[in-house]
Amino acid sequence: MPGEGIAARLPGRRPRQPGPASAGAPGGTGFWTDARVELLLGAVACFVLLIILGMIGFVFSKALPSFTHNGLAWFGSGGDLDLQLEDIFSSPSNPADYVYSLRAWPLLWGTFVVTAGAVAIGLVFALFSAIFIVEFAPRQVNRVLEPVVRLLAAVPSVIYGLIGILVIVPWVGEHLISLDRKESVANLVQLDGASIGVGILILTVMIVPIMIAIVVDALRAVPRGWIEGASALGANRWRVTWTIAVRTARPAIVAAAVLATARALGEAIMLSMVAGSASFAPNPIDGITFIFEPTRPLASALVENVEGLSVVPFGQTLFAFAAVLLVSSMFLSLAGFVAKQSMRKYGIRP
Amino acid sequence: MTKPIDSVSSWPLRDRVAFYAAWAAGIALIVIAGAIVVYMAFRGAQYFDFGLLLESPSSSLNQAQSGGFKDPIIGTALLLVMSTAIAAPLGVVIAVWLTEYGRPTGLARAVESAVEVVAGTPSIVLAMFGLILFQEWFGFLTFDAEGAVLGRSFIAAASMMSLIALPLVVGATREALNSIPGHVREASYALGKTKAATIRRVLLPAARPGIGTGTALGMGRVAGDTAIVVVLLGATLQIQNGADGSVFGLFRGTGSTLTSYVYYNSPAGEGLAPEKAYFAAFVLLLVVIVLNFVVTRIARGKEELWTR
Repeated sequence: MPGEGIAARLPGRRPRQPGPASAGAPGGTGFWTDARVELLLGAVACFVLLIILGMIGFVFSKALPSFTHNGLAWFGSGGDLDLQLEDIFSSPSNPADYVYSLRAWPLLWGTFVVTAGAVAIGLVFALFSAIFIVEFAPRQVNRVLEPVVRLLAAVPSVIYGLIGILVIVPWVGEHLISLDRKESVANLVQLDGASIGVGILILTVMIVPIMIAIVVDALRAVPRGWIEGASALGANRWRVTWTIAVRTARPAIVAAAVLATARALGEAIMLSMVAGSASFAPNPIDGITFIFEPTRPLASALVENVEGLSVVPFGQTLFAFAAVLLVSSMFLSLAGFVAKQSMRKYGIRP
Repeated sequence: MTKPIDSVSSWPLRDRVAFYAAWAAGIALIVIAGAIVVYMAFRGAQYFDFGLLLESPSSSLNQAQSGGFKDPIIGTALLLVMSTAIAAPLGVVIAVWLTEYGRPTGLARAVESAVEVVAGTPSIVLAMFGLILFQEWFGFLTFDAEGAVLGRSFIAAASMMSLIALPLVVGATREALNSIPGHVREASYALGKTKAATIRRVLLPAARPGIGTGTALGMGRVAGDTAIVVVLLGATLQIQNGADGSVFGLFRGTGSTLTSYVYYNSPAGEGLAPEKAYFAAFVLLLVVIVLNFVVTRIARGKEELWTR
């Protein structure tokens, strides 16, 4: 950090605030004095801030009519969502007659199930992988694992979706879902393999690398002395890792879960390819059948309906979906940011 | 030796199970990644057809005549260049301002949080915002279909894509700037340099690997995003010039990228040409792996410049 350094340590001199030599310095840099540079950089930062604030305000203002017309029932269930959307899409062109009636529960529930499932499975998987990378993996294995994690994080969602729809979905449809099971819910929904289960599976693979990266950084930042201290007391390596390192890294684990949730919420393309895209709220009391039932999360609903954005009430309804996503992801991003900061109380910068 | 000699077999059962679970998780990761790469490489090789790379897509129900994906490749490249050209300078400026100035503090916190927020925003939400923005206010920058403003163009897509890449550039640049020790700045001031000159001549060159890492990560994200392309670049697979055939017309025009090509040729996009989707996905995967490799190389190059 500027402000402490050699200037303060020189003997016999008053420690001088080591400021830049700009104050009144003529020429040299010509037009670009410090004040002007600061102003310019600040202006650019403010410009980006304004765009982002504008986006948030804009999404909410567009979303407002859909919420005000439905009230809290917007979040409730009732009726067939596809029919409701159709009515909204084909509502009369007179603004006074716009149809807004909507019960978005199937989408919200689908989003929740898929996200929660993927994050829950992914967190356990990521925690163990991170422990393996930091504590147990031989160096040769780590040399493979690090690029592997980076690669998994970088594979585009459409490739995951393609593998899902062409390989995993047909396989699940043929081998895992028995005919009896298909018949048991045939009056409600068709089971063809595109399902919550496949969605969760692929989404887990997609978010695990994000979580691993955060947890690995945190585990590596745990002071070596603490680990050695615990080892010296006779605890075995697993106990040491679990009770000292993982416990210290708890804020980072929370941050990892939260940031991965934000990513999972926004996943649209892959889920619209493999999760069946039916406006259907799968019912957990169906037992095993539950994970084979199709659903459609909010983000996928947006991608699939975006063509209708120019129809005013329909567009406003879509923006209401977007607003729900935006609120959740904003909240999650900021929570993740705060959680990451809280490791600083140990004097650790993850 | 930092670790004591400690044999796993002497551990309590619970610890042994957890230990093997950690090994299993690590190996599972390698297997999954390996399976994806090998499978895509196998399919890519199976449907390999060099001609497809040089042929424009055409609309035909017969798959044998529907052309290749020259346009999507050009589209991906164009989008990468354009969004990087927007995101990299903006990101570096924001990072420099946040770390080196950051006053007033409240404003700096607001900018910091806004960048965090945009990092978590689903790209489909950004795409919808961009569509309305370019439809209503910046229609002159978008493709013009006989008077109907669709809000779609390379400019529209690239500017929203740059918002995806921005947080990565800001994050990596900030990290690089923070890791430069204070005495480096002081040495520069002591030589009579102004703060602006210090940033330009000392800090930015030192942060270059960080900037490179962030930019390459951002490019990876841009190359892989589908939602923005589907919404803001339109459903046409060919590149359509927006105006008079000039470069600006190209920027105003619509087109496709490898991601949207894969999407439209998969069963989900009703294209029903899995073999082309596989080959395009393989090319896309290669692009991503190359970008990934670049990140690794840059990251390796920057190791501890100052602390020797």
